[in-house]
Amino acid sequence: MAQVSYERIKNAAGEPASWLTYSGNYASHRFSALDEIDASNVSRLRPMWLYQTSSGGELETSPIVADGLMYVTEPPATVTALDVKTGRPVWNWSRPMPKDLRTRGFPRTNRGLAVLGENVYVGTLDNHVVALDAASGAVRWDVQIAENSLGYCITAAPLAIDGKILVGVSGGEAGVRGFLDALDADTGERLWRFWTIPGPGEAGHETWSGDAWKTGGGATWLTGSYDPELDLLYWGVGNPAPDWNGDVRPGDNLYTCSLIALDAKTGRLKWHFQFTPHDVHDWDANQIPILVDAEVDGRTRKLVVMANRNAFYYVLDREVGTFLLASQYSKQTWAKEIDERGRPVVLPGTEPTEEGTLVWPSLQGATNWFSPSYSPKTRLLYVAVREMGSYYYKAEAEYKPGDYFMGGGERALDGDEAAGAIRAIDITTGKTVWDFRQHSPPWAGVLATAGGLVFAGAEEGNFFALDAATGEPRWHFQTGGGVRANPIAFEIEGRQHIAVAAGKAILVFGL
Amino acid sequence: MIRRCLLASGLLLLAFVSSAQDEALLRGRKLFDSHCARCHNMGGTGGEGPSLARPTLRYAADEEALVKVIQEGIEGTDMPGAWQISGNEVRQIAAYVRSLGRVESTPLPGDRERGRDVFEGASGCGSCHIIEGQGGILGPDLSDVGLRRGADYLRESLVSPDAAIPERYLLVRAQTRAGEEVVGVRVNEDSFTIQLRDQAGRIHSLSKLELEDLEKAFGESLMPSYGSELSASELENLIAYLASLRGEP
Repeated sequence: MAQVSYERIKNAAGEPASWLTYSGNYASHRFSALDEIDASNVSRLRPMWLYQTSSGGELETSPIVADGLMYVTEPPATVTALDVKTGRPVWNWSRPMPKDLRTRGFPRTNRGLAVLGENVYVGTLDNHVVALDAASGAVRWDVQIAENSLGYCITAAPLAIDGKILVGVSGGEAGVRGFLDALDADTGERLWRFWTIPGPGEAGHETWSGDAWKTGGGATWLTGSYDPELDLLYWGVGNPAPDWNGDVRPGDNLYTCSLIALDAKTGRLKWHFQFTPHDVHDWDANQIPILVDAEVDGRTRKLVVMANRNAFYYVLDREVGTFLLASQYSKQTWAKEIDERGRPVVLPGTEPTEEGTLVWPSLQGATNWFSPSYSPKTRLLYVAVREMGSYYYKAEAEYKPGDYFMGGGERALDGDEAAGAIRAIDITTGKTVWDFRQHSPPWAGVLATAGGLVFAGAEEGNFFALDAATGEPRWHFQTGGGVRANPIAFEIEGRQHIAVAAGKAILVFGL
Repeated sequence: MIRRCLLASGLLLLAFVSSAQDEALLRGRKLFDSHCARCHNMGGTGGEGPSLARPTLRYAADEEALVKVIQEGIEGTDMPGAWQISGNEVRQIAAYVRSLGRVESTPLPGDRERGRDVFEGASGCGSCHIIEGQGGILGPDLSDVGLRRGADYLRESLVSPDAAIPERYLLVRAQTRAGEEVVGVRVNEDSFTIQLRDQAGRIHSLSKLELEDLEKAFGESLMPSYGSELSASELENLIAYLASLRGEP
């Protein structure tokens, strides 16, 4: 059994036969350098094997592939290692969930795992982080990092860097106080914790009033990115709680709806950028931050870009956090513009009300947890977009530990009025280069490949490939279950394959 | 004196309790109007969703069951769960809905037996709609339509069918590149394909990439209006008949 060293993950883009970390590489490109499958032959792409899960629930997992095994998570808390050649399970580990498990505002899901050294690492809905032997599934260590009785859960894939496992938490709809933990990869011991809602005496605390910060939300429920050279972690922070009634939490509510850059050694905040100050629409900023180097205003800069849930695409300098550009990539009716400092100019009459206020995008946002993909070949960012509006309602918000703490709700304008799209965005200008319309708003991520293709999925079960340059459809396959997961690419015996979860199954395609 | 004081404070307490109840009912009504009236109509008289102004509810025998229905929805129906409404507010909505059942509901003016004759007679309803296994398949099965729809909605769907098309009955016209035209009701659709059922009941599976034109006739029903076909009393009788259909022979 080979070891998946930190060096291998750091150079993951140069080892496309494997898929070593949630988003493919630390820059979160979700791009494969494999080019065997291309526009000329993708019409022959066919399923090679399927793995049907039995633990129940729809899959949202993104597989990891290393050294002949594919690791997947199944809801609510199972890890399975599959022989990558045949799809036959090699080992399987499960943690029984407590009867009184609380998941507030999301399904009993798990979106993936991390691999480092001889271990795979997974978080569970009852907040255990477990290191499993990659070859056998035996438990190496198991630590609990938060209380489910308060509404905390782990649904995101951890991020493994040099000797550390980064773990974010869900629970914003229960009014938790969000944090990001760094654990020692060998022992599970906590190395540092960054609270996303600053406490008394800390910078940013003045953006809260009274005790609102204690139940302020700011979950860290998706996997962040990492720049090994700068030794900075980039992590998206969730919305403030209660979601739709902002009256009890006047102020900007830092660091909710922000991107934070943390020193990986210490967990100290290097910089932050808040996309949606004092959010009242549940437009968290947990979407995947993508690290790219590109020329802006005549000089090459280290950038971090994000297609945010609030319908705007942002370009920031990732060394210091300077705002460089924002552009609208999906229908929105809440902001007049983003000003030169990166702050939205909010239109009056867009706040939730007792009678309901119609606003685009919907509560689920212009995009959500499913991953975008960046191709260094086309220099385009591919984003799965939800074009849908919602009536936003405001209601009373009473905090009870571990219960819903939301202060309202929404009624989505679904049906034929809503649609989906895969959109290609020029990373430096933010302009939409092409658009492929989908029948309904998607819950599936995107994978771009060096073969000039973009793979994506649909609620109606279609898994399909578009031309990366034009958006023309090149291939589609009916999987028979809604695709609510991110695709990956890897090799089996030197041949390129594509994997995606659909319904309750993992599907692997090849030529 | 002491006794009188006690009595007076007791009355005050009663008045307070009753005004607190009124307050909660008012609150429940407001929440109902925002979240529920779109389908169940103002006052819960029924629209696209069933009337709730009845003493017993099909899926909610008691207050506890009603709270559960509001929170979790009803599987296999269009009733969604209101996970975003707080527990306290759900109880207020439930209390308001229960109060609707205590109000004497106005009986429908029509005669259901005569309505059955209208349905089975010259109007031709049965050529497109099934009741208890008998009839055509072009339109929705009406065997339990009285449980699912309110009288106002039934009237609207008879007089202005274009304004009351169930989502699963979208009329679509498709033209293939080869020049063939297919008209039918959409039975399924995804980003790449669409499936239609035509007037003869035949299923057509079409690839969108091979279509010249795809027109979705939102707001256009296959059903003719019966507003002028039927006399006012025939219409009322037909509504009374449909409202009486509960899926029991």
